Amino acid sequence: MSILGLSNYLETYLLIGALLFGMGVYGLLHRRTLIGMLISSELILSAAALNFMAFGRFLAPDPTTGQIFTLFIMGIAAAEAAIALSIIIAVYRNYKSIDTEDVIDLQG
Amino acid sequence: MMSLFTAEGLGGLVFLFVVAVTVTGGVIATNSVRLPRAVSGLAMCLIGVAGLFYYLNSPFLAAMEMLIYVGAVCVTIVFAIMLADSGAEAKVGRQSAVSAPLSFGVGALLAWGLGLLGITTMWPASPVKVNDGSVTAIGKSLLTTYSMVFELISVVLLMAIIGALVLARAGRDKP
Repeated sequence: MSILGLSNYLETYLLIGALLFGMGVYGLLHRRTLIGMLISSELILSAAALNFMAFGRFLAPDPTTGQIFTLFIMGIAAAEAAIALSIIIAVYRNYKSIDTEDVIDLQG
Repeated sequence: MMSLFTAEGLGGLVFLFVVAVTVTGGVIATNSVRLPRAVSGLAMCLIGVAGLFYYLNSPFLAAMEMLIYVGAVCVTIVFAIMLADSGAEAKVGRQSAVSAPLSFGVGALLAWGLGLLGITTMWPASPVKVNDGSVTAIGKSLLTTYSMVFELISVVLLMAIIGALVLARAGRDKP
Protein backbone atom coordinates (compact mmCIF):
# COMPACT_ATOMS: atom_id res chain seq x y z
CA MET A 1 0.00 0.00 0.00
CA SER A 2 1.68 3.14 -1.25
CA ILE A 3 1.11 6.59 0.16
CA LEU A 4 0.00 7.80 -3.28
CA GLY A 5 -2.82 5.24 -3.42
CA LEU A 6 -4.46 6.33 -0.19
CA SER A 7 -7.55 7.68 -1.94
CA ASN A 8 -8.72 4.13 -2.72
CA TYR A 9 -9.11 3.01 0.89
CA LEU A 10 -12.16 3.47 3.09
CA GLU A 11 -10.02 3.86 6.20
CA THR A 12 -8.41 7.07 4.91
CA TYR A 13 -11.76 8.82 4.73
CA LEU A 14 -12.87 7.43 8.10
CA LEU A 15 -9.69 8.81 9.70
CA ILE A 16 -10.19 12.26 8.14
CA GLY A 17 -13.83 12.22 9.29
CA ALA A 18 -12.82 11.27 12.84
CA LEU A 19 -10.22 14.06 12.86
CA LEU A 20 -12.74 16.66 11.65
CA PHE A 21 -15.26 15.47 14.24
CA GLY A 22 -12.68 15.73 17.03
CA MET A 23 -11.70 19.25 15.96
CA GLY A 24 -15.37 20.23 15.82
CA VAL A 25 -16.05 18.94 19.35
CA TYR A 26 -12.93 20.69 20.62
CA GLY A 27 -14.01 23.99 19.08
CA LEU A 28 -17.60 23.61 20.28
CA LEU A 29 -16.45 23.14 23.88
CA HIS A 30 -13.60 25.64 23.81
CA ARG A 31 -14.93 28.63 21.85
CA ARG A 32 -16.28 31.65 23.68
CA THR A 33 -18.41 33.29 21.03
CA LEU A 34 -21.65 31.87 19.67
CA ILE A 35 -20.48 32.29 16.05
CA GLY A 36 -17.29 30.36 16.82
CA MET A 37 -19.40 27.54 18.23
CA LEU A 38 -21.58 27.58 15.09
CA ILE A 39 -18.43 27.30 12.90
CA SER A 40 -17.32 24.25 14.92
CA SER A 41 -20.74 22.61 14.54
CA GLU A 42 -20.42 23.00 10.76
CA LEU A 43 -17.16 21.01 11.03
CA ILE A 44 -19.02 18.21 12.87
CA LEU A 45 -21.71 18.12 10.17
CA SER A 46 -19.02 17.95 7.45
CA ALA A 47 -17.41 15.01 9.23
CA ALA A 48 -20.74 13.16 9.26
CA ALA A 49 -21.31 13.92 5.58
CA LEU A 50 -17.83 12.69 4.70
CA ASN A 51 -18.46 9.39 6.52
CA PHE A 52 -21.77 8.88 4.73
CA MET A 53 -20.10 9.54 1.37
CA ALA A 54 -17.25 7.11 2.13
CA PHE A 55 -19.57 4.30 3.23
CA GLY A 56 -21.84 4.92 0.24
CA ARG A 57 -18.90 4.77 -2.16
CA PHE A 58 -17.17 1.67 -0.74
CA LEU A 59 -19.74 -0.50 1.04
CA ALA A 60 -23.34 0.27 0.04
CA PRO A 61 -25.01 -1.74 -2.73
CA ASP A 62 -26.79 1.42 -3.88
CA PRO A 63 -24.17 4.20 -4.36
CA THR A 64 -26.83 6.93 -4.50
CA THR A 65 -27.86 6.46 -0.85
CA GLY A 66 -24.79 8.13 0.65
CA GLN A 67 -24.93 11.02 -1.83
CA ILE A 68 -28.61 11.69 -1.17
CA PHE A 69 -28.03 11.56 2.60
CA THR A 70 -25.22 14.09 2.17
CA LEU A 71 -27.52 16.35 0.16
CA PHE A 72 -30.05 16.22 3.00
CA ILE A 73 -27.31 16.97 5.55
CA MET A 74 -26.39 20.05 3.49
CA GLY A 75 -30.03 21.20 3.48
CA ILE A 76 -30.37 20.71 7.23
CA ALA A 77 -27.05 22.50 7.82
CA ALA A 78 -28.21 25.49 5.75
CA ALA A 79 -31.47 25.68 7.73
CA GLU A 80 -29.57 25.32 11.01
CA ALA A 81 -27.12 28.08 10.08
CA ALA A 82 -29.94 30.47 9.12
CA ILE A 83 -31.86 29.87 12.37
CA ALA A 84 -28.75 29.99 14.58
CA LEU A 85 -27.48 33.21 13.01
CA SER A 86 -30.83 34.96 13.41
CA ILE A 87 -30.90 33.88 17.07
CA ILE A 88 -27.34 35.22 17.45
CA ILE A 89 -28.38 38.55 15.92
CA ALA A 90 -31.39 38.72 18.27
CA VAL A 91 -29.11 37.98 21.26
CA TYR A 92 -26.66 40.66 20.10
CA ARG A 93 -29.44 43.23 19.82
CA ASN A 94 -30.46 42.63 23.44
CA TYR A 95 -27.07 42.08 25.10
CA LYS A 96 -24.67 43.95 22.77
CA SER A 97 -22.42 40.88 22.90
CA ILE A 98 -22.13 37.40 21.41
CA ASP A 99 -19.81 36.17 24.14
CA THR A 100 -21.28 33.15 25.94
CA GLU A 101 -20.16 34.47 29.31
CA ASP A 102 -21.91 37.82 28.86
CA VAL A 103 -25.28 36.25 28.12
CA ILE A 104 -25.07 33.93 31.11
CA ASP A 105 -28.48 34.91 32.50
CA LEU A 106 -30.03 33.03 29.55
CA GLN A 107 -29.12 29.72 31.17
CA GLY A 108 -32.05 27.80 32.58
CA MET B 1 5.82 1.69 -4.95
CA MET B 2 3.66 3.61 -7.37
CA SER B 3 5.56 6.01 -9.63
CA LEU B 4 4.86 9.69 -9.15
CA PHE B 5 4.85 10.37 -12.89
CA THR B 6 1.73 8.46 -13.80
CA ALA B 7 -1.89 9.59 -13.76
CA GLU B 8 -2.58 7.60 -10.56
CA GLY B 9 0.58 8.92 -8.88
CA LEU B 10 -0.27 12.55 -9.62
CA GLY B 11 -3.85 11.91 -8.49
CA GLY B 12 -2.53 10.54 -5.20
CA LEU B 13 -0.32 13.61 -4.77
CA VAL B 14 -3.30 15.92 -5.34
CA PHE B 15 -5.27 13.80 -2.84
CA LEU B 16 -2.60 14.35 -0.18
CA PHE B 17 -2.75 18.10 -0.89
CA VAL B 18 -6.56 18.06 -0.51
CA VAL B 19 -6.26 16.25 2.84
CA ALA B 20 -3.69 18.82 4.00
CA VAL B 21 -6.03 21.67 2.99
CA THR B 22 -8.92 20.06 4.91
CA VAL B 23 -6.98 19.51 8.12
CA THR B 24 -5.25 22.93 8.01
CA GLY B 25 -8.59 24.63 7.44
CA GLY B 26 -10.10 22.81 10.41
CA VAL B 27 -7.20 23.85 12.66
CA ILE B 28 -7.53 27.49 11.56
CA ALA B 29 -11.31 27.41 12.05
CA THR B 30 -11.08 26.17 15.63
CA ASN B 31 -8.00 28.05 16.85
CA SER B 32 -7.92 31.56 15.37
CA VAL B 33 -8.80 34.47 17.64
CA ARG B 34 -10.52 36.66 15.07
CA LEU B 35 -13.84 35.40 13.73
CA PRO B 36 -13.35 36.43 10.06
CA ARG B 37 -10.18 34.34 10.04
CA ALA B 38 -12.08 31.42 11.54
CA VAL B 39 -14.68 31.67 8.77
CA SER B 40 -11.89 31.69 6.18
CA GLY B 41 -10.52 28.55 7.81
CA LEU B 42 -13.97 26.96 7.65
CA ALA B 43 -14.23 27.84 3.93
CA MET B 44 -10.77 26.34 3.32
CA CYS B 45 -11.75 23.15 5.18
CA LEU B 46 -15.00 22.86 3.22
CA ILE B 47 -13.18 23.33 -0.10
CA GLY B 48 -10.97 20.43 0.98
CA VAL B 49 -14.03 18.35 1.82
CA ALA B 50 -15.40 19.14 -1.66
CA GLY B 51 -12.14 17.78 -3.08
CA LEU B 52 -12.56 14.61 -1.00
CA PHE B 53 -16.09 14.23 -2.41
CA TYR B 54 -14.57 14.45 -5.89
CA TYR B 55 -12.23 11.58 -5.02
CA LEU B 56 -15.27 9.61 -3.78
CA ASN B 57 -16.62 9.51 -7.37
CA SER B 58 -19.15 12.27 -6.88
CA PRO B 59 -18.37 15.51 -8.76
CA PHE B 60 -22.03 16.51 -8.34
CA LEU B 61 -21.78 16.52 -4.54
CA ALA B 62 -18.43 18.37 -4.78
CA ALA B 63 -20.15 21.13 -6.77
CA MET B 64 -23.05 21.20 -4.29
CA GLU B 65 -20.61 21.46 -1.38
CA MET B 66 -18.92 24.46 -3.01
CA LEU B 67 -22.28 26.05 -3.83
CA ILE B 68 -24.13 25.52 -0.54
CA TYR B 69 -21.42 25.47 2.12
CA VAL B 70 -18.68 27.71 0.73
CA GLY B 71 -21.02 29.93 -1.27
CA ALA B 72 -24.01 30.24 1.04
CA VAL B 73 -23.31 29.18 4.64
CA CYS B 74 -19.88 30.84 4.93
CA VAL B 75 -21.15 34.08 3.35
CA THR B 76 -24.13 34.08 5.75
CA ILE B 77 -21.77 33.67 8.71
CA VAL B 78 -19.68 36.58 7.39
CA PHE B 79 -22.85 38.72 7.25
CA ALA B 80 -23.69 37.77 10.84
CA ILE B 81 -20.15 38.70 11.94
CA MET B 82 -20.52 42.11 10.28
CA LEU B 83 -23.84 42.63 12.09
CA ALA B 84 -22.94 41.23 15.50
CA ASP B 85 -19.19 41.05 16.11
CA SER B 86 -18.03 43.66 18.59
CA GLY B 87 -14.33 43.54 17.75
CA ALA B 88 -11.60 41.05 18.49
CA GLU B 89 -11.84 38.67 21.40
CA ALA B 90 -9.29 39.00 24.14
CA LYS B 91 -8.51 35.32 23.76
CA VAL B 92 -10.02 32.25 22.13
CA GLY B 93 -11.02 30.14 25.08
CA ARG B 94 -13.30 30.46 28.07
CA GLN B 95 -12.41 32.11 31.36
CA SER B 96 -11.50 29.02 33.39
CA ALA B 97 -8.00 27.64 33.01
CA VAL B 98 -8.99 23.97 32.77
CA SER B 99 -11.27 24.61 29.77
CA ALA B 100 -8.63 24.41 27.04
CA PRO B 101 -6.89 21.13 28.05
CA LEU B 102 -10.22 19.55 29.02
CA SER B 103 -11.94 20.31 25.71
CA PHE B 104 -8.81 19.34 23.77
CA GLY B 105 -8.76 16.06 25.69
CA VAL B 106 -12.40 15.33 24.92
CA GLY B 107 -11.94 16.12 21.23
CA ALA B 108 -8.72 14.09 20.94
CA LEU B 109 -10.28 11.14 22.78
CA LEU B 110 -13.31 11.12 20.47
CA ALA B 111 -11.14 11.41 17.33
CA TRP B 112 -8.80 8.67 18.56
CA GLY B 113 -11.66 6.31 19.45
CA LEU B 114 -13.51 6.84 16.17
CA GLY B 115 -10.31 6.52 14.13
CA LEU B 116 -9.33 3.32 15.91
CA LEU B 117 -12.82 1.92 15.38
CA GLY B 118 -12.67 2.77 11.66
CA ILE B 119 -9.27 1.14 11.18
CA THR B 120 -9.70 -2.04 13.23
CA THR B 121 -13.21 -2.98 12.09
CA MET B 122 -13.34 -5.60 9.33
CA TRP B 123 -15.71 -3.89 6.91
CA PRO B 124 -17.66 -6.36 4.73
CA ALA B 125 -16.50 -6.56 1.12
CA SER B 126 -18.25 -4.35 -1.38
CA PRO B 127 -21.37 -6.09 -2.75
CA VAL B 128 -22.67 -5.84 -6.28
CA LYS B 129 -23.67 -2.27 -7.17
CA VAL B 130 -27.23 -1.83 -8.40
CA ASN B 131 -26.42 1.38 -10.30
CA ASP B 132 -23.45 3.61 -11.09
CA GLY B 133 -24.18 6.46 -8.67
CA SER B 134 -24.37 9.07 -11.45
CA VAL B 135 -26.48 12.24 -11.38
CA THR B 136 -29.19 10.41 -13.35
CA ALA B 137 -29.34 7.68 -10.70
CA ILE B 138 -29.44 10.27 -7.90
CA GLY B 139 -32.36 12.04 -9.59
CA LYS B 140 -34.28 8.78 -10.04
CA SER B 141 -33.76 7.82 -6.37
CA LEU B 142 -34.76 11.30 -5.17
CA LEU B 143 -38.06 11.17 -7.03
CA THR B 144 -38.92 7.53 -6.24
CA THR B 145 -37.42 6.03 -3.06
CA TYR B 146 -36.71 9.29 -1.23
CA SER B 147 -39.58 11.43 -2.53
CA MET B 148 -41.18 11.72 0.94
CA VAL B 149 -37.92 12.93 2.52
CA PHE B 150 -37.45 15.28 -0.42
CA GLU B 151 -40.84 16.90 0.24
CA LEU B 152 -40.26 17.03 4.00
CA ILE B 153 -36.93 18.83 3.67
CA SER B 154 -38.57 21.49 1.51
CA VAL B 155 -41.06 22.09 4.36
CA VAL B 156 -38.16 22.24 6.85
CA LEU B 157 -36.35 24.82 4.71
CA LEU B 158 -39.52 26.91 4.36
CA MET B 159 -40.03 26.87 8.14
CA ALA B 160 -36.36 27.81 8.64
CA ILE B 161 -36.69 30.82 6.33
CA ILE B 162 -39.88 32.03 8.03
CA GLY B 163 -38.43 31.41 11.51
CA ALA B 164 -35.20 33.26 10.68
CA LEU B 165 -37.17 36.23 9.35
CA VAL B 166 -39.38 36.35 12.45
CA LEU B 167 -36.43 36.02 14.87
CA ALA B 168 -34.25 38.59 13.14
CA ARG B 169 -37.07 41.11 12.65
CA ALA B 170 -38.46 41.11 16.20
CA GLY B 171 -37.36 44.22 18.06
CA ARG B 172 -36.35 46.13 14.93
CA ASP B 173 -39.04 48.76 15.59
CA LYS B 174 -37.64 49.56 19.03
CA PRO B 175 -36.01 53.02 19.20
